[in-house]
Amino acid sequence: MRQMSVFEVIGPNMIGPSSSHTAGALRIARVMHKLAPKDIAQVTFILYGSFAKTYKGHGSDKALVAGILGMDQEDERIKEAFEYAQKEGLHYVFEASESKSYKHPNTVEIVVADTKGNQISITGSSIGGGSISIDKVNGMEVFFTGEYYTLFITQEDKPGVVAHITRCLSEQGINIAYMRLYRKDKGKLAHTIIEADEPIGEEIIDHIMALDKVHYAKIIRL
Amino acid sequence: MEFTNAAELIELCSEQKKKISQVMMDREIILFHSSREKIMKRMHHTYDIMKKAVNKALNEELTSMGGLIGGESKKLYARIKTEQSVCGDIVSKAISYAVGVLEVNSSMGLIVAAPTAGSSGVIPGVFLAIQETFGLSDEEMVEALFNAGAIGYLITRNATVSGAEGGCQAEVGAASAMAAAAVCELRGGTPSQCLDAASTALTNVLGLVCDPIAGLVEAPCQKRNAMGASNALISAEMTLCGVRHIVPFDETVEAMYRVGKSMPHELRETAMGGIAATPTACGLCKSIFKE
Repeated sequence: MRQMSVFEVIGPNMIGPSSSHTAGALRIARVMHKLAPKDIAQVTFILYGSFAKTYKGHGSDKALVAGILGMDQEDERIKEAFEYAQKEGLHYVFEASESKSYKHPNTVEIVVADTKGNQISITGSSIGGGSISIDKVNGMEVFFTGEYYTLFITQEDKPGVVAHITRCLSEQGINIAYMRLYRKDKGKLAHTIIEADEPIGEEIIDHIMALDKVHYAKIIRL
Repeated sequence: MEFTNAAELIELCSEQKKKISQVMMDREIILFHSSREKIMKRMHHTYDIMKKAVNKALNEELTSMGGLIGGESKKLYARIKTEQSVCGDIVSKAISYAVGVLEVNSSMGLIVAAPTAGSSGVIPGVFLAIQETFGLSDEEMVEALFNAGAIGYLITRNATVSGAEGGCQAEVGAASAMAAAAVCELRGGTPSQCLDAASTALTNVLGLVCDPIAGLVEAPCQKRNAMGASNALISAEMTLCGVRHIVPFDETVEAMYRVGKSMPHELRETAMGGIAATPTACGLCKSIFKE
């Protein structure tokens, strides 16, 4: 069991009104901010369950946009997130889904298109107290929380790729707390998610991407 | 260094001749490889956010997302200055500050979820009123937040502080217990008295349901924060004069958890029961979400 810090009890420091509907929503979108390429052109937020019903009253909509813009949960500009989005030319749309096929009552799917037309999507749940879990990336079931220093990698499901990744980490002296591998079909694309106790330096991305079987690598830290 | 219940906490306090706040600080330093300087600095920042939220409500016009609350803090504070308040200065200040933080929260301002956003007014309300009344330093108040944190940690670990899981007794009840223990320590109470005060505060609100109008953290949440703040003060007062709490803290927490589990889901943050299900509240709900 993970130890609970006093700052989780007297905290988090956050923009109101609701840790699950506001802070949690923002954190899911912030994962997308870290995961997506820098040139985001269009964002679609598909809201499920309680998010779909009450997102306006809880400011989940503003929190989601703020998260995409990279604001953190203490940022007092969250309230004016729509104005900031307009300034930065970020286009976004909200869809309240009637579907009941979600795991948790506070679920949002975020679909981002960059200026070249590439798409990336995540599905996340706000599980209480501002904590979140990311349940899907590009339609593939995954799991991570953003509580750790997280490395997200998309690679070809071929021999030697995982060895290459772990070698890069050990060269940087990084101890792996958790490592999970996800794939849909044998030999096609796979996702590797690594959670580490220590900070992961950005320079590792170049090392990992040096292997051509690795398609994408990003560091996610909320 | 880790303690998992109040009995172990008391044991640590008496073995090491330390206050609850000190034991909680030691725990944080050891478990998270930190230093006293670092965690105090971080907690000062936390306390600063609490103070700013109180001041914001007293000085700015705030409009809540649902429009159900706004301006209450100023009204309460004005009455302290112009009339002889019914509650006396310290309680009147505590409730004025507590409702103010809920105004800030519901208007998308910065608050500290302590332990939750819905109960974020209780600790700042009590702490600021106590600090002003007794002329205490920020350093002393920040240390006392570690005492409150120890109580909140025990409730979170052994029960819940979530309204969806345990009702308002879990949220505002926990905040109230945390504040009661901290006040007790600040006024010279022993570690077991702190836990007695926390037990009393939690016992007083046992069974309190979570029934937010339109599902928003506004009403009746705001007034329940005022109640939680005053409940913390009376619980501390009763304990400090030597009134014992009969049931130990660990058993009280377990009782609260069991009561929470036995509550129907209509009364646990779903806005389907209690005040939220009254005709007036349902009417408000429709008008807020119509657009």
